[in-house]
Amino acid sequence: MAKLHVSTTINGEPVEFLCSPQQSMLEVLRNTLGLTGTKEGCGTGDCGACSITLDGRLVCSCLMLAAEAEGREIGTIEGMAQGDRLHPLQRKFLELAALQCGICTPGVLVAAKALLDRNPDPTETEVRYWLAGNLCRCTGYDKIVRAVLETAAEMREEAAR
Amino acid sequence: MNVVSNKWIGQRTIRPDGADKVTGRAAYAADATMPGMIWGKILRSPHPHARIRSIDTSKAEALPGVKAVVTAKDIVDFPVDTPVPLGIQDMRWMCRNVMAREKALFHGHPVAAVAATTEEIAAEACRLIEVDYEVLPWVIEIEDAIRPDAPILHDFLRFEGRPSNIAGKLEHRLGDVEAGFAEADVVIERSFATRPVHQGYIEPHACLVSVAPDGKTTIWSSSQGQFMVRAMTSLLTGIPQSDIRAIPAEIGGGFGGKTIIYLEPVAVMLSKKSGRPVKMVMTREEVMRATGPTSASRSTVKIGARRDGRIVAAQGTFYLQAGALPGSPIRGAAGCAFAPYDIPNVHSVGYDVVSNRSKVAAYRAPGAPIGAYAVECVLDELAEALGMDPLELRLKNAARQGTKAAHGPVYPRIGFAETIEAALAHPHYKAPLGKRQGRGVACGFWFNAGGESSAQVNVTEDGNVVVTTGHPDIGGSRASIANITAELLGIDYRRVSVLIGDTATIGYSNLTGGSRVLFASATVVTQSVEKVITQLRERAAKIWGIDPDAVKWEDGQALPAGDNAGRFPPLTLKQLAAKASETGGPIGAGVQLNTTGAEGGFATHICDVEVDPELGIVRVVRYTAFQDAGRAIHPGYVEGQMQGGVAQGIGWALSEEYVYDRQGRVDNASFLDYRMPVCSDLPMIDTVIIEVPNPKHPQGVRGVGEVPIVPPLAAISNAVYNALGRRFYSLPMSPPKVLATLEGAAA
Repeated sequence: MAKLHVSTTINGEPVEFLCSPQQSMLEVLRNTLGLTGTKEGCGTGDCGACSITLDGRLVCSCLMLAAEAEGREIGTIEGMAQGDRLHPLQRKFLELAALQCGICTPGVLVAAKALLDRNPDPTETEVRYWLAGNLCRCTGYDKIVRAVLETAAEMREEAAR
Repeated sequence: MNVVSNKWIGQRTIRPDGADKVTGRAAYAADATMPGMIWGKILRSPHPHARIRSIDTSKAEALPGVKAVVTAKDIVDFPVDTPVPLGIQDMRWMCRNVMAREKALFHGHPVAAVAATTEEIAAEACRLIEVDYEVLPWVIEIEDAIRPDAPILHDFLRFEGRPSNIAGKLEHRLGDVEAGFAEADVVIERSFATRPVHQGYIEPHACLVSVAPDGKTTIWSSSQGQFMVRAMTSLLTGIPQSDIRAIPAEIGGGFGGKTIIYLEPVAVMLSKKSGRPVKMVMTREEVMRATGPTSASRSTVKIGARRDGRIVAAQGTFYLQAGALPGSPIRGAAGCAFAPYDIPNVHSVGYDVVSNRSKVAAYRAPGAPIGAYAVECVLDELAEALGMDPLELRLKNAARQGTKAAHGPVYPRIGFAETIEAALAHPHYKAPLGKRQGRGVACGFWFNAGGESSAQVNVTEDGNVVVTTGHPDIGGSRASIANITAELLGIDYRRVSVLIGDTATIGYSNLTGGSRVLFASATVVTQSVEKVITQLRERAAKIWGIDPDAVKWEDGQALPAGDNAGRFPPLTLKQLAAKASETGGPIGAGVQLNTTGAEGGFATHICDVEVDPELGIVRVVRYTAFQDAGRAIHPGYVEGQMQGGVAQGIGWALSEEYVYDRQGRVDNASFLDYRMPVCSDLPMIDTVIIEVPNPKHPQGVRGVGEVPIVPPLAAISNAVYNALGRRFYSLPMSPPKVLATLEGAAA
């Protein structure tokens, strides 16, 4: 079958690629575009390791067809830091040891940022339910939840200044 | 203990691999590519038990795009009558596990593999392979596998003179249990069952392999030991170890499940046949069907005590499901079960039972949670029968320095009693409970391990430090190595880079597993740094023209000491590095050792649950783990190990289990249906680190990774009993089971 030509925006930059109609966004990100920061843990939308944003909305890239990216804006972990300046969530995850093996970390960070973009002052329960789609097998989530809550508090303070 | 200042040890420093991991740069097994790379796929058995009469690969080989096909004929055969041990594995079983030989032994067992230019073509070619199976009767559950009329998996296995699915027996004896029970005033005996649970690492197994025409082989893969990958791949392919370079990718979780290989030798043979680099990545379904998990179990434990609470005898029988090939962790179950206690008379027996499901792999403290679950639940009933506080009962019987354990050792200074005392004194233990809430406690033990480890510490020309070790970093060990190196050298930890070497660049190092990595690697790193400091003192002495013994190393610089004190200005690491060429050449040292002295780890946990009687849901609402870490080199990652182990234990106790259908297939081979705890299932997990230094380690380190998964199964069970007044004797205490029990009680 002929490949489709897709024009899209990834992390603010224009990107074009060819894909077959059945290819997932995850497959194209990783295998065609070399953006391997987005991880595959299950391929069925159950683990959240492949979390990206599509026009600001959190999605599992394994459940999205690559062709759907046409004309849309995609955000991945590679776009989270600004140059050599880490996003406050990235910094806080390092400070609080909120990662161990790190395979879920890109997805968790993308999801957490999507939360804070919507809700700058989430409760612990809101953080826990928002991140319920991101499996982590190493940390027991404790330090992840603390890192998101502390980052939110710091970002609010920063914004108030 | 040679650490005096503790400027960096005990600090929550930023891990050396951290920035890579939060930005998506870190390269895991599936992230690598090579020019000309093609894709490998595995054809798996659709039957749980079947003789393989023949395999016809001709149609697959004829498909355009297919570059190689591999079957068991391409993998080195180790005949079943001669053991070929490698660590705790046996190559007789490994060769049959990576590719079915005479028989397919479980649904999902590899029978052939294909490499093709795309994943789709490889998958299509797998469908074209014709396998002629003679389908055989199968058996999965332990109780079915040990029946006299059970289908026998392996004709060569004999137990007590008869064909059997019991592949082995392990026994520990101390004193005389019969005499011990005769002295007891109270005896409790109960039987328990647990289901198989998967390690649940988020990163599926993957590898990228290249075999050059001269046989030089490069393996990029995710494992808990690049040297294990090299050794097993060498044995299974016949390629000498010196021709194999196994490079450890970042590993996305293992928990024991990546201490063996599945894909690497298959990919090597596909690459060798095709002349192309081959990449293989398992799907989650393949991971669930054909890797790990840990054993299901059937246990019976009997414990007797005098009226004053002194335990006088204990007996345990543990049947563990090995999966298709021998090797369940009976040593962990039978050995760790009674190890926390000073009991004069112990008899503990483990049976290794094969059945038609995937061969078990190690899972965090392999076997120990199964043993502790039974023992710690019986202790709860014993405390109740004696009218004693359950922690006081454990404290009264706690193993201490000098206690002889049934599995062999006499303990040196250990910190077990300290964990119980800390739990007794903690506000959690006295906090009021709400409606339908209950509290439970349990303790746990893991052997810990030392073993082979290598390190190289080099001073760079600009006066910084690069440390290379040989154990894949699975939970932050690089951060701890940076802390130790910075401490010993008296420099900022940010001047220390810590890397994991591949099999060609660092000396042999045993697996990342058994809670051994920091114990072992800190030992060799410490000795390497000490050698480097000796060199630095010699260089300074040469520059000053004095005796090296008259130079001391302090705060990152050489100082003239004794009679020479103050005679010369100090020389910093940077200054000495800059003069390295003229004072004797590069500065650096390596040490390779078989480390010993890793003493056992102990923990005590308190758990509060709340039961929803309408839905049968048990929620953990508060959890506090107390553990003797010896010395917490990086407290953040010690806490992380404790919290992660507890969370896995909560999953084991409440929601995780393999479910089989009537055709002997795993019926829940996905993260949707195999229910690991998610963020909204758990509370914060509080940790209390106790530090009773290991007298046999330079920094006092004890392993910390395994112990935290040992107590939760019983702590949660005991809490559910406290909430409901009913005891469960099997796991998981999932909503349907809890509901059925509650409804049964009401009826």
